[in-house]
Amino acid sequence: MAAAAPKRTGAVESYSTWRWTDRLALALCWACGIALCVAAASILLYMGFRGLQYLRPELLFERPTGAVDQTKSGGILDPILGTLMLTVLGTAIAIPLAVCVAIWLVEYGRPAGLARAVESGVEIVAGTPSIVLAIFGLIIFQQPWLGWLSFTAEGGGVFGRSLINASIMMSFIALPLVVGATREGLNAIPGHVREASYALGKTKAATIRRVLLPAVRPSIATGTALGMGRIAGDTAIVIILLGNTLLIEPQEGMPVLGLLTGTGSTLTSYVYENSPAGEGGAYEKAYAAAFVLLLVVLVLNFAVARVVGGSSTSRSNLWNR
Amino acid sequence: MESLMPPPVRRIAADRQATVAPAPSSNGGEPALDGAPARARGLSRPDRPRVPAIERMRAENLVLAYGGKPAVKGVSLPIRQGEVLALIGPSGCGKTTLLRSLNRLTELTPTATREGRILLDGQDVDQLEVTQLRRRISMVFQQPNPFPMSVFDNVAYALREQGKKRPGKKELAPQVEEALVRAGLFDEVRADLQHPALRLSGGQQQRLCIARALAARPEVLLLDEPCSALDPKSTEVIEELIVRLREEVAIVIVTHNLQQAYRVADNVAFMYLGDLVEYGPTDQIFHAPTQHRTREYVGGAFG
Amino acid sequence: MATSAPTATGRPLAALARLREPWTDRRAELVLGAVSCFVLALIVGMVVFVFSKAWPSFSHNGLGWFGDTGNVNQQMDRIQQPGTAEPVYDFGAFDLIWGTVLTTGVAVLFGAAFSTLAAIFMVEFAPESLRRILTPTVSLLAAVPSVIYGLIGILVLAPFVGDLISQDRKESVAGVISLTGENWLLATFILAVMIIPIMTAIIAQALRQVPRGWTEGAAALGVNRWRVMWTISVRTARPAIVAGAVLATGRALGEAIMLAMVSGGTAFAPNPVDGLTFFLEPTRPLAATIVFYREGLANPAMASTLYGIAAVLLVSAMALSIGAYVVKQPMKKYGIRT
Ligand SMILES: Nc1ncnc2c1ncn2[C@@H]1O[C@H](COP(=O)(O)OP(=O)(O)OP(=O)(O)O)[C@@H](O)[C@H]1O
Ligand SMILES: [Mg+2]
Repeated sequence: MAAAAPKRTGAVESYSTWRWTDRLALALCWACGIALCVAAASILLYMGFRGLQYLRPELLFERPTGAVDQTKSGGILDPILGTLMLTVLGTAIAIPLAVCVAIWLVEYGRPAGLARAVESGVEIVAGTPSIVLAIFGLIIFQQPWLGWLSFTAEGGGVFGRSLINASIMMSFIALPLVVGATREGLNAIPGHVREASYALGKTKAATIRRVLLPAVRPSIATGTALGMGRIAGDTAIVIILLGNTLLIEPQEGMPVLGLLTGTGSTLTSYVYENSPAGEGGAYEKAYAAAFVLLLVVLVLNFAVARVVGGSSTSRSNLWNR
Repeated sequence: MESLMPPPVRRIAADRQATVAPAPSSNGGEPALDGAPARARGLSRPDRPRVPAIERMRAENLVLAYGGKPAVKGVSLPIRQGEVLALIGPSGCGKTTLLRSLNRLTELTPTATREGRILLDGQDVDQLEVTQLRRRISMVFQQPNPFPMSVFDNVAYALREQGKKRPGKKELAPQVEEALVRAGLFDEVRADLQHPALRLSGGQQQRLCIARALAARPEVLLLDEPCSALDPKSTEVIEELIVRLREEVAIVIVTHNLQQAYRVADNVAFMYLGDLVEYGPTDQIFHAPTQHRTREYVGGAFG
Repeated sequence: MATSAPTATGRPLAALARLREPWTDRRAELVLGAVSCFVLALIVGMVVFVFSKAWPSFSHNGLGWFGDTGNVNQQMDRIQQPGTAEPVYDFGAFDLIWGTVLTTGVAVLFGAAFSTLAAIFMVEFAPESLRRILTPTVSLLAAVPSVIYGLIGILVLAPFVGDLISQDRKESVAGVISLTGENWLLATFILAVMIIPIMTAIIAQALRQVPRGWTEGAAALGVNRWRVMWTISVRTARPAIVAGAVLATGRALGEAIMLAMVSGGTAFAPNPVDGLTFFLEPTRPLAATIVFYREGLANPAMASTLYGIAAVLLVSAMALSIGAYVVKQPMKKYGIRT
């Protein structure tokens, strides 16, 4: 069979018949495309080069110290753990809320006015800059009745900065992404799948739990990975709400709760603080941390591509088989 | 390995001499109707003046495949100005694919491959600049595809974008009007030339696409089921147009409507599963087909 | 499980299940609805809260809040340390707003043009091999945290630009500002580099979704590839270009950290009258200002001022999402999803 496959003929295309404006535009188009490639390559290669230059394996397992001298400021273990905890906690708070909202919007959505309001609300959060979320969170968590989430000083003043507080505000960043992805997934399920489930005597609630939820799991995963990437990359909420202490500093006395209500830092805030913009000038450490951060984002991005790539080919015919 | 090579290319090439008669160029009108079987009754084939036929295009041993899967297997055909060529055949037999290859539109499908030669006025189309080629060979698609702009802009599109200079609206207006009149659409859209073309009905959209192709004054016109969504009245307008145009433009029309093929075509090519089964003057194909598959297909239509 | 075996204990269980059914459904709807309302309440609460906190600053300054009522750096210092018992609210954010408009506006306008061309290249003109690596690379770049762009800016680009500025030029404005590599042009450039991948990905997606019938129909009329792209595909994808620009504007407005790192860090309104020096003048956009004074949030007057800035950002973001919604409508008409 393969022997018979005919060759593809080459296209004869000549620009001489084109208008000069078209030729100019095409040249610009190539220039932009090549500039994009060059920019992409130089950013990624430069970060890769610096990362490999400054990232030594022991940095990953050593705790940082407050020294100004780059050779003595220790590793980046705490920021890595901070990023991991914040990412996991933030999405863990966001996912249940977001999935509920998405299912309610798609499957119920009554009364219509309320649904529109919820939709717009989610849209507003999606557009809210994280710095606004950060200072909003600080004021809220400094209310006396939320003092148990962080640390209350002698005089009754609430610190307002803690891992759990930062995670709660971070969940607002992930929420719209998970809602969006889940809604898209639900909308992609053809109506006859639901009808088939009802025809088998299943209730709407059972249909949602046994049919729809399993089906949108890839979409939820996509939204979650996107949300994790955004959380891992956010700096504003960390430096304002996480306390931005170099080390993870749990509150004393309580094993797990102490960690949650304690303070810490993440890779992003570590990069910021070690750049000339922050206090330290430990740019070698900043590059190393930025490289690790880039790897985290790369992995999450790859996860999204895998989930989306895997399902978009199968999703269309999944139900029509 | 040679023995494993599937035969279609060579086989068709071999018996093409037999089936594809060097079509009569001067007596394309009404050949002998003598042995006409009874099934021809009820068919009206209007008398029309003969026009001189000039061969404009020729496909030689055309093989087209999608991702290695052949869709057209070795077709050779002449296309003449002055004689309308109709392509008939069951769904999926490669009519559209063949038509699209004539102005190298198949090159826009990444998986499509082509072998064999296509000549336009004796020149290989692969040697021609592709946009110039498509200016000379225009195509109307099976699905109406008006652009998301106004009726006027749709018809003026080719005139505006083809040339080196953009003509002004004043210059364009008479040409647009003429194209719309020829496609039998002008009376309906006279008042709303500025309305979005996507709001027209399906049949109107189809005629708009014909007008759009006509406006650029091509030398060869490829029509892929141009009347599939039209009422009998509009169909008649289009058919008259085709018959009238054949003098100045070489026309190929794909149709599932055999009566239509009978009415407008001077030559008919019958395709089946990618093979060109039979090619000849209309009356021969409809009244005295040499191949039994043609007889079955054509007979079913008039039975 | 139990309902599938109706023989033994079927009857009572089935009856029970039937009793439960409507209730489970109702309960599901109620629970899901309640969660949605809770989320909505949080969001509405946030908006209301930010505005109520910002109110003292707004009501004290009136429309002057948006105007130029003096040196913003000095005003903010006085808000922070009034030296009197009474809190000071005097504030006019013009310099900050101008800095925001300048950086965001230039970055988005340049970015939109660049991204459109780059997306056309990616979809139509790039060689197949390049196309295959470009698409994932662009989506990776769109996800790179802004602090990394800031780091490259402050460590690599700012020193480089700083060295290009002549000593004479620095001395000519020494009394007012110091010209360093950190200036609004560099900030805008990095902002553009940051938002271009986002916009390119959106536009390329829309270009790919243009119905083939339209592009092939145009090609069949003998129109060259560029004009097909420009007159059919880009025209159809125009709403996506605007939607991408709107999204990018939102990102640029809200970008705080990167801009705090590379914009020069002082409230100053670059003045086009200054000629070439204009491009090298420092600025500090609204969001970056919040980062700068974040330690001052304990001071009620400073907090109110910063919440005022946050409220302006919030309103801009809402206006943008309304704009995006309006713009998306024509896309739906053509059956194209953004
Ligand atoms: N883009 C494509 N990719 C792969 N295969 C294709 C493509 N287009 C057409 N084919 C295949 O090529 C064969 C011929 O298709 P073509 O569209 O030419 O048929 P047709 O004769 O025009 O049919 P119809 O009368 O229904 O329009 C079919 O088997 C079809 O499945
Ligand atoms: Mg067809």
